[in-house]
Amino acid sequence: MAAEQDSILDIRGVAKRFDSVVALRSADLKVRAGEVHALMGANGAGKSTLVKIITGVFPADSGDILIGGERKVFRSPAEARQAGIVSVYQDPAIVPDLTVAQNMRLARVGLDAVRTAMRSLGVERVDLSRAAREIDFATLRLIDLSRALASNPRILLLDEITAALPIDLAERVFAVVRDWRKRGASIIFISHRMAEVAALCDRATVLRDGVTVGVTATQGAEEKIVNMMLGTEVAKAAVSGAARAKQTASAAAPALEVRDLACGHGLRGVSFAVRPGEVLGVAALEGQGQEELFDCIAGVRRPDAGEIAADGKPLRFRHPADAVRAGLVLVPANRLQALLPQRPIRENVALPIFGRLKNWGPIAMKDERRRVEEAVRRLQIDTRASSELKRLSGGNQQKVAIARWLAAGFRVLLCFDPTRGIDVGTKRQIYSLLREVAQQGASVLLFTSELPEIRLACDRAIVLFGGRISGEMPADDADEARLLRAAHGLIAADAEATA
Amino acid sequence: MTDVSAADSGGLVRFVSRRTRLLGMPALFVACILATALIHPDFGSFDVQSLALGALPLAMAAAAQTIVVISGGIDLSVGSLIAVSNVLAASLMQHASFGASLGIAVLILILGAAQGAINGLTVAISRIPDVVVTLTTGFIWGGVALLILERPGGGAPAAFLNIAAGADVSAWLPNALIVMIVVIAAIWLPIKLSRIGLLLYASGSDPVAAFRSGVDIRVARTLAYTFGGIACAAGGLALTMTTGIGAPLAGTYYTLSSVAAAVIGGVSLAGGRGGMVGPVIAALLLTLIPMDLVFLGIDPNYGQVIQGTLIVVVVMIGGFVTFMQERK
Repeated sequence: MAAEQDSILDIRGVAKRFDSVVALRSADLKVRAGEVHALMGANGAGKSTLVKIITGVFPADSGDILIGGERKVFRSPAEARQAGIVSVYQDPAIVPDLTVAQNMRLARVGLDAVRTAMRSLGVERVDLSRAAREIDFATLRLIDLSRALASNPRILLLDEITAALPIDLAERVFAVVRDWRKRGASIIFISHRMAEVAALCDRATVLRDGVTVGVTATQGAEEKIVNMMLGTEVAKAAVSGAARAKQTASAAAPALEVRDLACGHGLRGVSFAVRPGEVLGVAALEGQGQEELFDCIAGVRRPDAGEIAADGKPLRFRHPADAVRAGLVLVPANRLQALLPQRPIRENVALPIFGRLKNWGPIAMKDERRRVEEAVRRLQIDTRASSELKRLSGGNQQKVAIARWLAAGFRVLLCFDPTRGIDVGTKRQIYSLLREVAQQGASVLLFTSELPEIRLACDRAIVLFGGRISGEMPADDADEARLLRAAHGLIAADAEATA
Repeated sequence: MTDVSAADSGGLVRFVSRRTRLLGMPALFVACILATALIHPDFGSFDVQSLALGALPLAMAAAAQTIVVISGGIDLSVGSLIAVSNVLAASLMQHASFGASLGIAVLILILGAAQGAINGLTVAISRIPDVVVTLTTGFIWGGVALLILERPGGGAPAAFLNIAAGADVSAWLPNALIVMIVVIAAIWLPIKLSRIGLLLYASGSDPVAAFRSGVDIRVARTLAYTFGGIACAAGGLALTMTTGIGAPLAGTYYTLSSVAAAVIGGVSLAGGRGGMVGPVIAALLLTLIPMDLVFLGIDPNYGQVIQGTLIVVVVMIGGFVTFMQERK
């Protein structure tokens, strides 16, 4: 067939297992020269595994990889790079203790080519003699991409590159991807954001449980792709407007109140309140003070000024344990900051239960098992690889990060981008869980980098811009356009102009 | 415009804070020398010579440990490798001419490289943790040292011993210090100035990222242990040079002291961070402190307690500096 001759990359029946967990059963993928090809699938479907097999991070157990019609096996990413196949992995492959320039030399990439690529991505102002560990995550991803571009790839694999990027930076990535497609390169693009896949990609291959279940053109096929990803059980949007808790102006004290909170350069005076039973959304572009806000409320950082009160009682935290004791618990952006990667699910979930002195002494094994099992069941955590947390897929790890607080109990759940890099099915489970938690009387403060989530999961939204609140609206009004205007500081400007 | 000046001052702060350790170690050393001069008013060029002579083997051991730790490993066979090269030198050189003894020294350095390479290859290929591999090879080489020379003895030609003795350039610049600087520079600069250094720092800092950047971690680790082995062999030769004999058990002291010197000198045990100047100065410090305790007339048994406490305090200060930097 003509289509097969066209494909520059042809993957047939690739399988891979890690101990008892099958990551890929039989993956097929055909990518043409000069196309942007989306690789879609739920968490744990095997997308990242496939990327790593293609680029030689580890070998496949079986199956064939043909490049330009020729059978190829790469033993390391360096070999793949020499053949023009370069990946930007989900976590940056940048060595933190080296400078940016040294990282480029390490990969034998010319600095001039890197600078050109950095200019096209708008990060040319980064000082190449800075240590990578001093550079923020989003910029690091763009530097990683610049390095990949600088080696002039024929096939470029982007594994969730936009997951941690604010919209403005993601747009730059799209522009660069389109530019490289025009030059004849093929791009394999992994993302959970359906809108960007539809806008950017020509075709999509969908994986489910390690098997390729279909290939489709992306134009107008969003619902079809979701159905393929989820299989027979077509999940409906978990939260309809009617399910939202319609609160009357409650006389009860807010579960969490923040007054004029300021911290460092990022947060410059923010006040808001969360009622019991409310899910309050926080939207913002990258670095508008949301990290500082969540860290202060969770006791990770000490604010420079302002007040935090729970149930009307002002609180001062010296340590995250103080916040946990007050019932304010954090699910951080980087889930591995909260979890013990080498310990089993059970210990991870049970850990916060033992953070309080009254629970010291012999462990009540029965009670612990009951609470852990209940939390695991509520979140439908896949326990096949339960003996070591790091072997779970990202989505299941995220569920464990939430489950530990369900088992321990809390008043306000602080979720920082809990659905980053998580598939649609798991996302919906998390939305409905947050709703359920709120209906039982707890409160949720949810920051999300995906704006449509605000309407799906929240009752009300605040928008941060430059360390201050630039907009507040009920979730029903929080469409993407309004949120974006506020996130760029436009609504506040309007308000000031009219005032 | 304010933007630019903020960036400039940020650069200056970064320049100083990045080099806190680099500037801090010499400052600490000078302070200790001044303290010594206060304790012991007779402190003079002769004491400086004996300090440099005493610190020579430890400085080499610290260099060996530093190279391996930066690459993300740890070498617990340092002491045994030093012992093997020490007793081998003392038994082979005993009746040799000066010229022959230099040839023997070269052979011993090559043997050290081979011993290090064995450590490195075992770690890289078997993926057994560094601690286990080097602890066991340390046992083996410790046994070999006893087989070569059962009890302290042997010797070396006077000309060989005199290389590090005395002070030919200036009374305050002892030959031992020159040997120390030249030998360590000869081992370290080729690493630091070439791609090898990049490989070592990268694989120590984040092996996964380094692998994905195209680094062969196995090569990097083997290289680190090989250079470490050369530095250990140099340490054994230095021990022969400074003591005049071979002692099969003398090396054991150097395993833990080399780790202490590396840590005090600002090398992170997690790998990927640190340099060579700090550990070498730390080796001098670790030699100076017992000297001071002798000057003070303190019971040597207390001396060990005090020395251990000082190590902890210095490492804590280093940790505090890092903590303050990261809070910013």
